[in-house]
Amino acid sequence: MNKSKHFSWEAMLCVVLIASLALGRGLSPDFLGASNFSNLLADFTEIALMALPMTLIIVAAEIDLSVASVMGMSSALMGVLWHMGLPMPAVIVTCLVAGTLAGLFNGVVIVKFALPSLAVTIGTMALFRGCAYLLLGDQAIADFPGNYTLFGISNVGDSFIPQPFVIVIIAAILFTVLLQATPFGRSLYAIGSNQTAAHFSGINVARTKLRLFVLSGFMSALAGVIYTLRFSSARGDNGEGFELSVVAAVLFGGVSIFGGKGSLVGVLLSLVIIGVLKNALTLSDVSSEVLTIVTGLLLLSSVLVPNLLARWRESRQRRALAAA
Amino acid sequence: MTTPATPPRLELRHASKRFGEVRALIDASLTLRRGEVHALLGENGAGKSTLVKILAGVHQPDGGELLVDGQPCRFARPSAAIAAGIAVIYQEPTLFPDLSIAENIYMGRQPLDRIGRIRYDVMEQAVEEMLVSLGVQLKAAQLVRGLSIADQQVVEIAKALSLNANVLIMDEPTAALSKPEVERLFAIAERLRDAGVAILFITHRLEEVFRLTQRITIMRDGAAVHFAATSEMDHDSIVAKMVGRDLATYYPKVDVVPGEVALSVNKLTRRGVFKNISFDVRRGEIVALAGLVGAGRSEVARAIFGIDPVDGGEVLVQGKRLQLGKPALAVNAGLALVPEDRRQQGLALDLPIARNASLTVLARLGRHGLISANTERQLAAHWGGKLKLKAHTMDVAAGTLSGGNQQKVVLGKWLATNPHVLIIDEPTRGIDVGAKAEVYQTLTDLVQAGMAVLMISSELPEVLGMADRVLVMCEGRITADIPRSEANEERIMAAALGQAEQPLRRAA
Ligand SMILES: Nc1ncnc2c1ncn2[C@@H]1O[C@H](COP(=O)(O)OP(=O)(O)OP(=O)(O)O)[C@@H](O)[C@H]1O
Ligand SMILES: [Mg+2]
Repeated sequence: MNKSKHFSWEAMLCVVLIASLALGRGLSPDFLGASNFSNLLADFTEIALMALPMTLIIVAAEIDLSVASVMGMSSALMGVLWHMGLPMPAVIVTCLVAGTLAGLFNGVVIVKFALPSLAVTIGTMALFRGCAYLLLGDQAIADFPGNYTLFGISNVGDSFIPQPFVIVIIAAILFTVLLQATPFGRSLYAIGSNQTAAHFSGINVARTKLRLFVLSGFMSALAGVIYTLRFSSARGDNGEGFELSVVAAVLFGGVSIFGGKGSLVGVLLSLVIIGVLKNALTLSDVSSEVLTIVTGLLLLSSVLVPNLLARWRESRQRRALAAA
Repeated sequence: MTTPATPPRLELRHASKRFGEVRALIDASLTLRRGEVHALLGENGAGKSTLVKILAGVHQPDGGELLVDGQPCRFARPSAAIAAGIAVIYQEPTLFPDLSIAENIYMGRQPLDRIGRIRYDVMEQAVEEMLVSLGVQLKAAQLVRGLSIADQQVVEIAKALSLNANVLIMDEPTAALSKPEVERLFAIAERLRDAGVAILFITHRLEEVFRLTQRITIMRDGAAVHFAATSEMDHDSIVAKMVGRDLATYYPKVDVVPGEVALSVNKLTRRGVFKNISFDVRRGEIVALAGLVGAGRSEVARAIFGIDPVDGGEVLVQGKRLQLGKPALAVNAGLALVPEDRRQQGLALDLPIARNASLTVLARLGRHGLISANTERQLAAHWGGKLKLKAHTMDVAAGTLSGGNQQKVVLGKWLATNPHVLIIDEPTRGIDVGAKAEVYQTLTDLVQAGMAVLMISSELPEVLGMADRVLVMCEGRITADIPRSEANEERIMAAALGQAEQPLRRAA
């Protein structure tokens, strides 16, 4: 998939990961401790859940900026439904269905009217966030039943793996298989690379895109449910701004914003790196502004570094040939 | 004007160029003089386009030297080549569709008045004069959108002339043109040649070489292997130099007894595009759809395949009615469409060959719904081998292949579906004589194995050489249905131009 055999973005991410682990260790002695590690893992649950479908969407040369708003909407809905007295399982299922419908709405508008997903999901980003506020106003609902909130904060047995993280692992495996080894996943690369040729090849482009956005809606709602349980708090502004972190993680993972290129392995590595860096900086009491700056720098470097490397390689090659 | 003492306008000596591990050029040389049309010939992947891109400043050679008017010179970027008077016209014109012809020609250097406003009147008048001098019926204020490829090429030529180019390089300009359009282009080229312009002309149609050019450079595997005056060469000697061997029979047409009807098209109509199109294609039969570019042939093919909508009519495949408008259903029913524009419609250029080859069979390729990269590679290698695809590995991006090899990937990806009916739109556009012979051989093998082939083609020799039956379209209607034994150039051209001949024999 990579432009060159001599250089793989995934390999570079591994190096960056080791460097950031070392940095974390240097900044704080607690860094590699088990309890901190489970914090670290728990913290990227939601971003990871949304980054998985986002990877597929960006490979297909589309984008979904409404993910964090769907997440907020499902969180708010969860609070409202719980207060209406619905049993918890029904609350969760309804939230997931609502998120899926939100994704379906995105998909239908994009596919039926042949509109760019960037424009449509900027619109629905505001729309769904508005719905979230409409549902809950600026109040928070925190009285969820204990056995559910416990799921959000406890670990698997005696290990350092938080329970919500198990969902991330399962989802990551499913999405990897989906993208790399199924006809659906393969057709995403074709669509992202040349939509017309994909259409001429008998690939149902419209249906594929529709499914992507439905999938994204479902996963965002799932992220909203887990986030609500983890913090035991349903709020309309939950997850505000997460869409940027999600897109940043996907691009830093080596997925081309122009579509057609990228792998989930890269995105998973990039998620871990971002999680590690965030955690290390938080431990050393660095302000949240610095965190934002670091995310921005990562994003920039993911676009710049491959470009610079390609230029450097070309000039080196030319020099070698000139010398020969 | 040209005396023996003047150095050639352009000279390339022993140029080499690598792309990673691919050696596109090894030892390319070319001498281009004023007032000549020079043919650059070679098989697909011989390095012609790479040589052109070096002359255009798009690529920088790794070795060798370039002389312009006898002076050593190096083009670091395209603007340097333009400044040296070299203009390149690529096969796909690169114009702005929503601007007028005049704006396109003067893009970036519009004449201004004192306060910096564009002088449209000056611009359009200059362009108008230029278009008249080229002898074409175009208006300066006309939008480029909607112009045929031939007209767009003329606009590109006008742009080159307005830049005072005196070297004009045309990379396969005639590949997408119909016969009258080719003639018009040649008339323009001859006029420019007589005015002292040096023209480099790339084509895979050898009859055009004899019609237009004075000298020939033949390339093989990245090296220039033969220089000669056109008058010293004939068809067979050129082919032998290009391919490095003698080519056996060119059209390996065999007689097969047509089987049952595989594709039946009934009164297919799309308002304003084509009307009441009816014909059958039987197993073992090659039916050619001839006509001028723009007669609606590709549109019919796309409608049958479900890409374009229709207003009426029906299509039967193997006797079963096909629900129109869904390419996926057409594929399942056993239809395959090799589209006319392989870069836009046929290939995902950034993806590896293997990924392209598997696109049409994704659903069938998997085991338990899962696909492995190895199966894909094997599939691509299988068809690549059959079609003699020239590629380093199956993992290189399809976009780096030469034009003819890209065509083979598209063909292979469709043959992989094992279709009952193959619709192939301009099967040999842009591919070399050797590859053409291979494509013809493949088609012959396929019909012998019982496939039905509908071949859209603007190349009359190909139509006459390969088709069992020729349908001719003119302005959205079928105007003739000619059996092989009665087909000849005059009858096809007459029907293509809509000149009534004997009463139409309807396809049953
Ligand atoms: N950007 C590139 N990267 C890698 N390989 C390339 C690139 N451009 C060309 N090549 C390779 O260089 C060789 C020469 O290609 P080129 O396009 O010059 O052939 P050509 O003579 O124009 O063929 P055709 O008649 O099919 O157009 C081919 O093997 C091609 O795959
Ligand atoms: Mg070429």
